Formats: sequence, structure tokens, C-alpha cells
Amino acid sequence: MALLEVRDLKVVFQRRGEQPFTAVDGVSFDVEPGQTVGLVGESGCGKSVTSLAIMRLLAKRGNKVTGSVRFEGADLLRLSDGDMRDRRGRDLGMVFQDPLSSLNPVIPIGLQITEVLERHRGMARKAASVEAVDLLDKVGIPDPARRLTEYPHQLSGGMRQRALIAIALACRPRLLIADEPTTALDVTIQAQILALLRELVQDTGTALIMITHDLGVVAGLCDEVNVLYGGKIVERARRHQLFAEPRHPYTHGLLASIPRLDAGRGEKLIPIRGSVADNIPWDGGCAFAPRCPNALAVCGEISPQLVPDNGGLLRCHNPVRPAVAARPGGVR
Amino acid sequence: MSAPMPPVSTGNGQVLLKVEDLKVHFPIKRGVVIDRTIGHVFAVDGVDLAIRRGETYGLVGESGCGKSTLGMAILRLNEPTAGKVVFDGTDVAALKGETLRKARRRMQMIFQDPLSSLDPRQSVESILLEGMRAHGLDEDKEATQRRLRELLSAVGLPESSLRKYPHEFSGGQRQRIGIARALSVNPDLIVADEPVSALDVSVQAQVVNLLEDLQNKFGLTYLVIAHDLAVVRHISDRIGVMYLGALVEETDADTLYRNPMHPYTRALLSAIPVPDPVVEDTREQILLAGDLPSPANPPTGCRFHTRCPWRQASLCGTDRPQLREIGAGHRVACHYAEDIRDGRIQPHAVEAELVEVTALNPDLGPPDVGSVSEIL
Repeated sequence: MALLEVRDLKVVFQRRGEQPFTAVDGVSFDVEPGQTVGLVGESGCGKSVTSLAIMRLLAKRGNKVTGSVRFEGADLLRLSDGDMRDRRGRDLGMVFQDPLSSLNPVIPIGLQITEVLERHRGMARKAASVEAVDLLDKVGIPDPARRLTEYPHQLSGGMRQRALIAIALACRPRLLIADEPTTALDVTIQAQILALLRELVQDTGTALIMITHDLGVVAGLCDEVNVLYGGKIVERARRHQLFAEPRHPYTHGLLASIPRLDAGRGEKLIPIRGSVADNIPWDGGCAFAPRCPNALAVCGEISPQLVPDNGGLLRCHNPVRPAVAARPGGVR
Repeated sequence: MSAPMPPVSTGNGQVLLKVEDLKVHFPIKRGVVIDRTIGHVFAVDGVDLAIRRGETYGLVGESGCGKSTLGMAILRLNEPTAGKVVFDGTDVAALKGETLRKARRRMQMIFQDPLSSLDPRQSVESILLEGMRAHGLDEDKEATQRRLRELLSAVGLPESSLRKYPHEFSGGQRQRIGIARALSVNPDLIVADEPVSALDVSVQAQVVNLLEDLQNKFGLTYLVIAHDLAVVRHISDRIGVMYLGALVEETDADTLYRNPMHPYTRALLSAIPVPDPVVEDTREQILLAGDLPSPANPPTGCRFHTRCPWRQASLCGTDRPQLREIGAGHRVACHYAEDIRDGRIQPHAVEAELVEVTALNPDLGPPDVGSVSEIL
């Protein structure tokens, strides 16, 4: 049995006086212990909402979450609020994008870590402090004992993100969800944090869900990658498979449109035309069809299903053929 | 840095913009009644560069390195503390009043966030006309209308956009409006500060291609400021790498990638994730320890020495290296660039780990140990 089994997860935003909006539309995936799974997509594709739904951090009012999220067999969506609170922090940790707004600005770093330890592991304050020093040291924060008494604003961006990771790891959760953990950071700091995450996953056997828009981050970190578009998974593949032979025109287009450091210069980038605003609803066809270079008449009529393909999954009527994938070109 | 301007050795374009020993220091003030200046942020601290007509010069560096401040100082959007900005023969840093206002027509800017840099209550037509009117380019009504249509078609927007407002457009389209506004007054130089970083990946390529097309069409000169080295390398002819207020390396885009000389450039290149698992699995990363030191309290000597894996006992901590020419058009500010290139100096991971600078607490003194590699 997988550690986490997400089945047909659907999140609908229902605001008064507005049309309901389906942010996540029937997403299913598994996370095995020790595995790193990527959720990739652009803004608005539903990747962050998926993670918030798994953690039950979406407001109850105005949001309808359906489907199931089984963690070691128990459906998180059906736990009582109290039981869910016990799980959060103990079994499931989360690291957010912006470390400054996710740390409490008026509470010292140390207290924010010991709080977790006292709450979930029942440690005494003294023992928790010792453990907190150990945790900060483990995530590479220099002079950890002194940092305990410092406030978030006294730390740099990279250090704050380390502190946040320390809090998320305080109870050795079996699953860590990292939502764009390096997007707010500079590249050299990003490299540090990614190395840290990679190391922690290897050492502790924690499973990791990595949510990002950056295909470069995915390429170096994830075992399996899910590409999301318009709230649905459009392609799933093992890491090497995905980058070597992207099958969905969206994945293929993303890879062709980013300048690569190691590629020859002077080649024109091949952009994906239009923007997310051009999407059509999934029930009337493929949401990506208006932007898709491979679109056929059927794409605007019948919604494609997620079917097994090449060892992964694919939702497309007219996928990119491997031979074409080797030499990106063709959007216009 | 008062090193003489290197002769422009590659290409034969004439120099359009020349920056000489430019400094921008911001005072740090304290006190309620009496504003005492208690220190300075050395945002830009001695930059020399030259941009030739028709070329794209890329400026990269991490946040806080002074790249945006430099761009704004070139356009006189902030006041340089010292130094010269010579634009087509005139020193912009010394201009005043009406002459400065007139000079601005030839230097325009594209901003990072298209929504906050467009007035939400102005229609696109009014946004585009404002600059033209200020410079007296809207005399003939018919010609003006034609010009507006030309501008829109140049940036790939439909004519119907003229009556719309910025909120009615997507991010990529808004950035196109910002580009059209910059073009409206026929500038020679465009400073683009992070022109694509606020856009979605799939839209970034559209804007990058547009910038390239416009350059070919109108013979524009670009100064592109960005933190994303992959984007900068793609569109630039030459690249300058900045660290803590100064250039550490400058060369053409291909050489920078193939043959980076400065330790910081090497680390920066190795830190950028490449969307290819095969490359990611095999390449070696140079992990820098610690954060960028505070520009209010920059390290002595070479500003990078606190994080440099190749740091040597002599010179690095005491003498600030000058930007010097090391190959054709390749300038590096490192005392040991040749030794590093030829492998006479090896990186020493241990020492690098010991260096840690608290960016925001310069007064607390250097703490002891810590880095990722330590726990690896």
C-alpha cells in the first residue's frame, strides 16, 4: 500500500454571487515511502490547491473538496478536525513558498520549533530546546543556539526557509509537502536548499511532494513527475522518461520554450501561443486545445481521458511522437 | 574601480553608453528630529561598462547585488553619488532640468511587474500617448493614430486594445503594453529590468522572442537586467556578472558559459537547475556557503572572499581586485583568475564552509560554522 493515495480529488471554489470554479479536477496519484513526487505546472493549474486540500488547509466555507486522500489507509478528508491537527506536523509536514509570511513574526524561531515538539512529541520545554538546536544545526543554520531567541526578520531569506524546513521536520514526518520552496530565493541559495531537501529525503526516508513551476528543479529531484494543466493531470512519467520523451504537447511546449544554459545560443525559443486565459472547459474537450500545436477537431469536442502510455499516464488525443520530440519544433 | 575602460575589442559597433566608475550610495538615517546619517548602503560601488549600439548587454546577479540600482542610475531615475554615465557623448549624470527631460526620450525602461507599472485608470491609448505628448511627438493627429496602430502591431496586440484598460489583459499582454510604451518615443536604449520574471514559463518565451524581433526591426540597444542567467544568456551578446555592487566578470555570452573565470560566476552557473535529468545527475555543483553579505557593510578586499571556495590567504581578504582584461573582451575581477583556470589553485571546501555571513546582522559579528555541505 502506498503511503499516500490521492483519488479523484476535486476542489471547487464556490463564492457567493460567482460562478463555481473547479481548481482541481479529479486528481489521483500515489506517493510511496521515500519517494519524491513532483507536481509541475504554471500558475493557476491547481498544484498548490492540491497540496492545501491534502493538508486540509483550505477554508471550509466557499470550498468544496471531494474525493479521498488516504494516508496509510486513513482518509484525511474524513478525519475530525482534532485528529487532523494531530496528523499535521506529526505525520505530514509542509514547507511553503514564502518563509517570511509563514513564520510568526512576533515569536522567536526557537519557540516556533519547540511548540511543535511539545505539542506532538510531548517533550518537556528543556528537552525540546535541545532538540530544536539539533534540528537547526541539521538544516545548516549556523550558531543554532543563538538563533533560537531570534525573530524571523533577523534571518535572511535562505535561513528562514531552513528554519521552516526544521519546523516541518521536527516530528520526522513520513510525508513532506514542499510548495515552491525555493521560488522566493536566489539561485545560489536555491541550490543550497535543494541539496538540503535531497539529503534529508535520503537520510530520513521521508516521502516528498515537490510542487514547482520550474522544470529544472524537477529534473534534479523528483522520481516521478505529474504535469498539471487546468486542474487535471495531463501527463505522468518517470523523471528521465518525461524529459527525454515528453508526450503531451503542453509538456513538450514547456521544455521547448525555456532557454537552457547548456543549449546552443541563437536558436529561437518556441513559445506556447496564447495564455491560460484561452483555456476551454474540460467537459467540452481538452482545456489546452486552443493553445495546442497538435490540436485536432476532436480536441474541441471530446474530453481526453488519462490513459496508460509508455509506462506513464497521458491525457491527449494527439500526443507528440517520440521522433518529433527529439527535435522540438512546430508550434505556430 | 578606476581601471581604464578596456578597448572595445570585439565587433565594430560604436559605443552608445559608457558608464565610468559609477557609484550609488544610499544613506542610512536614524533619528526623529535630526536625521543623522549613520552609514551607507553601497548599492553600486564602482562600475565601468560600455554598451555598443545595437547590442544586448545582460546584467546578472542575485537580489541585492545592485543590478537594478545600476539600471536606474543609468536612466537617472536615482542620483549617482559619483561617476559618469555617458550616453551618446553627453554625460547624463550631469544633466539638469529641461535638457535631462529631453534626453529621457532616447532612454526608456521596461519594468518587471507589468501590472503595477501601468496606471490602472488609463486606457492603453492614453498610456501610449502620454510619453509621445510629453516629447511633442503627437502634433499630427492622423500620424499619431497611425503610430499607435504600428506600435500595437509591433508588439502583437490587436487594435481594439487601445480602448481597453490594463486589468483586461493577461500578464504577457500587459508586458507587451509596457514594451509598446517604451517604444512609443523612438528610444535608442531600452533598459529592461527583469522583463520576464513575473510571467509564466510558457509566456516568457513569447516576450523574449518579441524583444529580439523588435531589436532587429528598430535597431534598439538593450540593457537587460535579470537574475535568470539562462534567459540572459539567451538574449544577450555580452554579459556582466555583478556581486555586491560591482562587476566581477564581463564577457560575451558564449564565453561566459564555456569558460567562466570568476569563482562567483562558476558557482552561479553550477547552481542553475537544468531541465534535463541526465545533466542534473552528472554535473558537479559548487555550493556556496552562506548568504550575500550586507551591502551596508561589505567585506574588505574582494567582496566575494567570504564565500569563495578558492580563497587564498594573501590578497583576497585585503585588496579589492580590479576588473582586468584576461582575454579578448573578457574582464575578470579576481586576483587568482589565471591560477584557478589553470588548476594551480584547487577549491577547498572546508574553508568555504567556515565562512558564514549574517546578511542582516552585520553588528553581531561573524558566527562560526554552517553550510549545507557540512551536513551532507
